[in-house]
Amino acid sequence: MKIIYTDVLIIGGGLAGLRVATGVKERGHDTIVLTLVPPKRSHSSAAQGGMQASLANANMGEGDNEDVHFSDTIKGSDWGADQEVARMFTHCAPKAIRELAAWGVPWTRVQKGDHTAIINAKKVTINESDEAHGLITARDFGGTKKWRTCYTSDGTGHSMLYAMDNKAQQEKVVVHERLEAIALIHENDRCYGAVARNLMTGEMVAYVAKATTIATGGYGRIYSVSTNAIICQGIGQAIALETGVATLGNMEAIQFHPTAIVPVGILTTEGCRGDGGLLLDKDGYRFMPDYEPEKKELASRDVVSRRMTEHMRKGKGVKSRYGDHLWLDITILGRAHIEKNLREVKEICENFLGIDPAVDWIPVRPTQHYSMGGIRTKFTGESQTLKGLYSAGEAACWDMHGFNRLGGNSVSETVVAGMLVAEYISDFCDTKESGININTSVVEDFIQIEEDKITALLTKDNGEDAYVLRRRMESIMMEKVGIFRNGDDLQDAVDELEELCKRAKNIEVFRSKSRAANPALFNAYRTQKMLKVALTVAYGALLRTESRGAHSREDFPMRDDENWLKRTITTWPDVNQTLPTVSYEDIAITNMEIPPGFRGYGKDQTTVHPESETRQSVVDTITQKLEEDGADRFEIQNALMPFIDKLPKKYQGINERLGENV
Amino acid sequence: MSEDNNPRILEISILRFDPNDPNDFPHMETFKVEEADGMTLFIALNEIREHNDNSLKFDFVCRAGICGSCSMLVNGKPTLACRSLTSKMDKHITLAPLPLFELIGDLSIYTGKWMRGLNEQLETWIHDKEVELNVDKLEERMEPALADEIYELDRCVECGCCVAGCGTIQMREDFVGAVGLNKVARYHLDPRDKRSDEEYYEIVGNEDGVFGCMTLLGCEDVCPKDLPLQSKIAYLRRMMITTALKN
Repeated sequence: MKIIYTDVLIIGGGLAGLRVATGVKERGHDTIVLTLVPPKRSHSSAAQGGMQASLANANMGEGDNEDVHFSDTIKGSDWGADQEVARMFTHCAPKAIRELAAWGVPWTRVQKGDHTAIINAKKVTINESDEAHGLITARDFGGTKKWRTCYTSDGTGHSMLYAMDNKAQQEKVVVHERLEAIALIHENDRCYGAVARNLMTGEMVAYVAKATTIATGGYGRIYSVSTNAIICQGIGQAIALETGVATLGNMEAIQFHPTAIVPVGILTTEGCRGDGGLLLDKDGYRFMPDYEPEKKELASRDVVSRRMTEHMRKGKGVKSRYGDHLWLDITILGRAHIEKNLREVKEICENFLGIDPAVDWIPVRPTQHYSMGGIRTKFTGESQTLKGLYSAGEAACWDMHGFNRLGGNSVSETVVAGMLVAEYISDFCDTKESGININTSVVEDFIQIEEDKITALLTKDNGEDAYVLRRRMESIMMEKVGIFRNGDDLQDAVDELEELCKRAKNIEVFRSKSRAANPALFNAYRTQKMLKVALTVAYGALLRTESRGAHSREDFPMRDDENWLKRTITTWPDVNQTLPTVSYEDIAITNMEIPPGFRGYGKDQTTVHPESETRQSVVDTITQKLEEDGADRFEIQNALMPFIDKLPKKYQGINERLGENV
Repeated sequence: MSEDNNPRILEISILRFDPNDPNDFPHMETFKVEEADGMTLFIALNEIREHNDNSLKFDFVCRAGICGSCSMLVNGKPTLACRSLTSKMDKHITLAPLPLFELIGDLSIYTGKWMRGLNEQLETWIHDKEVELNVDKLEERMEPALADEIYELDRCVECGCCVAGCGTIQMREDFVGAVGLNKVARYHLDPRDKRSDEEYYEIVGNEDGVFGCMTLLGCEDVCPKDLPLQSKIAYLRRMMITTALKN
């Protein structure tokens, strides 16, 4: 049996995985990255609109800083986020973008002088200062107070990923392509690597490592329509779950993006609305100002998606054979702007819809887009329960997004989490404790178990068709675990998914019996894993009897801070269980920098936690006193919720901005 | 998109071969698929896999024309299959794997290995001899127009279509292709990359590089991202000749 040893095994070659890899390599640790596809083809490349970092270079970003970015992120999360983690993130985002600038990302830059922009359907002239000329510029995105989203046209993820992969090649990071991790190797609550299948030859390989990182992205493909790449199937979360030891966090927190094209569900970036695009109904009427007079089309994603759905339910949607949709109108931005800053959108419209978005409206509707939930970790990226297992990026729940992620915060998270987690892993690998103390016979047992599962799939008679189970799962998730949820539908979903999960144990791979490159075989075992992930989502959603962020219960419309200010924790401790085990982790108000409050959308429907007010008055008192003493914003922040010491030393420095700390 | 009640029956002929099966040999196989509104080859091939032959191998990732995974020969021409609408094609469609790359099986090819080798050969990363980067400091400035120009060339998705459409590479297997030359042009343009003209000459000032190109320019015809390959190859050639004459 083939066993390969390394210091740090990284599963997933997108932005997060590659950034962890270069980081640990720089610290002198050996690393191998396993990927399903060449790294440059990872789903990170599909991020269009941009990366949030509070550089404050552009006129409309003036006054921006970590504090404002932090506040937007916390409100966006509907107070579900870990505030210390969000602080660490907003502090490091400017560093991450500057690092990427040095590594070759051609960020769009500030051009001094006047330029026109569309704001609230009106043409306005904005003047950029001479001193900002040539620095990285930013566009507007939903749920943010400032223009903070830095970009390269609408191919931001592509440029970031290419720069990152090139950097990894420069650092001689070893990548094993078309290798799929299908089980984690672990013993005594300690993770030692993974069993992986070569998707070209079928060979089974054990990778044994001091530290193992899962950076496999989200689990959007458990839904039948998703903006996600088809490889975003939640296999990373599934193999963590299948250890019975590692935990998943907030799996029910699923984001629906307002503007994916109909019917195929390909994304058109939030940058369309950020740059001034409008949402229109079947009468060509701009409806968002009626629902959200202040932020309109640029309310947080969860809010816009719900408002669009509400509006369609009132009969205002455009009828089509694929169901109702609405219109995204970017004609108002003009051809020159679209061809420069929204060119991917233009290509997508031309190739998939046969329309010209400079002239025609784009048919859109809210579509599954992002997984806020994932492998639950500490702020270091390490699993809370399985030592030596780490996770970063969309795969993880460390948890900076809570129940709703802001647009532009995802690619930003990948590189920030990557740079931080690489340091924490390196620190771990520098200790004696990281030594690999697992017997090779135990490793071989893990390989054998997986070999036996493959054999069973290939030799079973009269078994189930994986495609049938999978398609049913996808429609259940679409119909019953969607934007608006209710107890009856969720109960149905859980019951039926549980049944599918039992049936999945009996899957048979029909006709195509090869162990080598065999799509039928990988569809079979992935379907088994996806069903477990789908159950964690549906079951978590059923149990959470409140509405928070993207989790919206029609039967429990209030955000219930008194009972539900907590994270959902899911495990699967016994392989014979047919439902996951769910527990909860309290989110403490007592050390919050921003205690729970009103997000500012619709009418306030919060059941307030008694501690919120107490904490708010403590925050107010400290802030007021320090302001009177002439303290700066860093000193005030540090008094409210210290976090700097948690960061690796090299990333603790204060960020320079025009007019601040330069 | 047609609203036709009598959809066409597409006849999709696929060049099939499984190199892992000692009994297999390359052969054409035809599948019939009922055309649907807005159908792309991504949708059609997945229907075949799900309903006709679950062993059919192909590569899709983003299925949105962004990642460059699904390049293949569609009616003989290299292109991205995911964004090829069947409505724009005759009902007889012929599919074959992209030539020149290692075959994994059927329409699935190993472009990643080839591209990685190319990137390592050309060292397609920023060569900066400066001291360690201080990430707390303001980023280095760049002229906005220059950043846009670099992005234009940075849009390559390494799909391999230009390699498949290249006449030169048929004769000279180590030729770096338009994808390689475009990358060199991209880094040469970038002031963050501190390599000298002479250093670039070392990399592509030869017959496997810019002097190998026979200027057939099939690359530009088939590039799904409409990159300005012709003008960039011409530009590099001028630059390399100037460098050669100078030394």
